[in-house]
Amino acid sequence: MRPFDYQAPADAGTAVAAVAARPDAAFLGGGTNLVDHLRLGVTEPGLLVDVTGLLPNGISDDGGGLRIGAGVANADLAADPRVRRHYPVLARALLSGASGQLRNMATTGGNPLQRTRCLYFQDVTTPCNKRSPGSGCAAIGGATRQHAILGASEHCIATHPSDMAVALSALDAQVEVLGPDGERTLAFGELHRLPGDAPERDTVLEHGELITAIVLPPLPVAARSDYRKVRDRASYAFALVSVAAALEITDATITDARIAFGGVAHTPWRAHRAEQALRGATPSDETFHAAAQAELADARPQDGVDGGNAFKIPLLTRTLAGTLRDLARQEA
Amino acid sequence: MDHELTLRVDGAEHRLSVDPRTSLLDALRQRLGNTSPKKGCDHGQCGSCTVLVDGVRVLACLTLAVTRDGSEVVTADGLSAGPPGSGGDHPLHRAFIDEDAFQCGYCTPGQVCSAAGMLDEFARGRPSVVTGDLGADPELDDAEIAERMSGNLCRCGAYPGIRAAVARVGREREGTR
Ligand SMILES: Cc1cc2nc3c(=O)[nH]c(=O)nc-3n(C[C@H](O)[C@H](O)[C@H](O)COP(=O)(O)OP(=O)(O)OC[C@H]3O[C@@H](n4cnc5c(N)ncnc54)[C@H](O)[C@@H]3O)c2cc1C
Ligand code: SF4
Ligand code: FES
Ligand code: FES
Repeated sequence: MRPFDYQAPADAGTAVAAVAARPDAAFLGGGTNLVDHLRLGVTEPGLLVDVTGLLPNGISDDGGGLRIGAGVANADLAADPRVRRHYPVLARALLSGASGQLRNMATTGGNPLQRTRCLYFQDVTTPCNKRSPGSGCAAIGGATRQHAILGASEHCIATHPSDMAVALSALDAQVEVLGPDGERTLAFGELHRLPGDAPERDTVLEHGELITAIVLPPLPVAARSDYRKVRDRASYAFALVSVAAALEITDATITDARIAFGGVAHTPWRAHRAEQALRGATPSDETFHAAAQAELADARPQDGVDGGNAFKIPLLTRTLAGTLRDLARQEA
Repeated sequence: MDHELTLRVDGAEHRLSVDPRTSLLDALRQRLGNTSPKKGCDHGQCGSCTVLVDGVRVLACLTLAVTRDGSEVVTADGLSAGPPGSGGDHPLHRAFIDEDAFQCGYCTPGQVCSAAGMLDEFARGRPSVVTGDLGADPELDDAEIAERMSGNLCRCGAYPGIRAAVARVGREREGTR
């Protein structure tokens, strides 16, 4: 492992200045992804700036919604009574990720910025455009079970691994960022980017930009919401596919819906077309399948030495239908 | 550049100077000679390095020692019914023996620390993904124990015994509440 310096500044401004000043510097959150990458040689920073002590680590009421400090641990966020009550999809997404120990360590700011679990990205002996731009993509034609069916490019077919981010996408969260040029707020849906011809960039954040908080808007539809994750083991495994969904039903008609998919794209995938197909419709299995079909019409599965990932299309269709069926049965 | 730090480990205070690359796991095992936490994978995938830091279960392999200056670390070795390091068994130690909750024992210190942290999380009413009603306090049934302990792998497959041991200590606690 390449040697690095370590700093734990007292305030966010100093941390941002320290990272911005060095191209090879990185923020250190809970370290559950970054420390693994240091050990694998996936990234070789010369300076780590620990932000866990300086980021806000409380959850406060905010105009009917919630402001979550970027230092809040995933486990603490999932246990918050307001999250469990008003945003169950977020609590359930957090709880379905990683393990009890990892959720105690992982932070609100670090989780959405965790990098892909693509096997080849993590194996420095193989070509990977994300890790080493221009080197090629070993996943294409390799083992693609974990890879994308939506929004991929010829340069990268990786998926985003976070469960939490899928819920935040469905909830229309906002991200507060402090950078060398000051503060800015962006919609969570704008944070992650599709790979295109620059898969080395997972997000729109510039070097030195620090996530300081995530804000959940007041969202009555989220009271009836859930997260469902399908994986190779019952627990402690990343999603093959997952669904975050919220449903509002008035007089036997779907009046509002929020849907996002995990495990299928380079970003958490907000399913606007599925939402549109649901609004105004009667909740039924036909409606739910039609919604999945509307979103997955453009899906492009990958062949692979492991059998590829075409299974994700029917699997995601059924996972969405099952999640919506259960939500529709719930008391509002 | 090395960094000076203070760690309280199983009740005893240590000052040490570490390279920032040193994991808490390596600091404990190689610098302080505490071989209770084990290195199973060194990548966060097995749980055998689990320790309690300031009362919370974490993975020592993915923790840089330098980030925990001033912390209280408890390993399975120092876990006891009284203050850390005061000696004597913790109820989990007894229950693991009585319920035959291990074979080779490699994963056991991590299992024991994880169970201690998990039972505290449970006592504070924290939900898990298998908790049916997120608004209610969970019940510590077999499915809850399996889910909450899923971060600790056991290649000997001693899971039935592990779940029984954790359930027993959980019940004893319920009784005293
Ligand atoms: C075995 C294993 C299984 C896992 N399973 C799952 C799973 O099923 N589902 C899931 O969702 N996740 C899973 N995870 C991943 C885990 O959730 C993430 O590693 C974690 O959420 C990352 O948060 P962190 O605070 O530890 O980030 P770090 O590792 O500290 O940082 C991650 C990245 O974000 C940057 N960063 C950190 N904080 C900030 C900030 N505030 N502002 C700007 N940049 C920042 C860092 O520089 C780094 O690039 C698993 C991890 C492991 C090891
Ligand atoms: S899919 Fe993306 S991350 Fe994986 S090897 Fe190809 S370029 Fe790298
Ligand atoms: S050694 Fe830490 S999780 Fe395996
Ligand atoms: S007892 Fe052998 S690994 Fe668990």
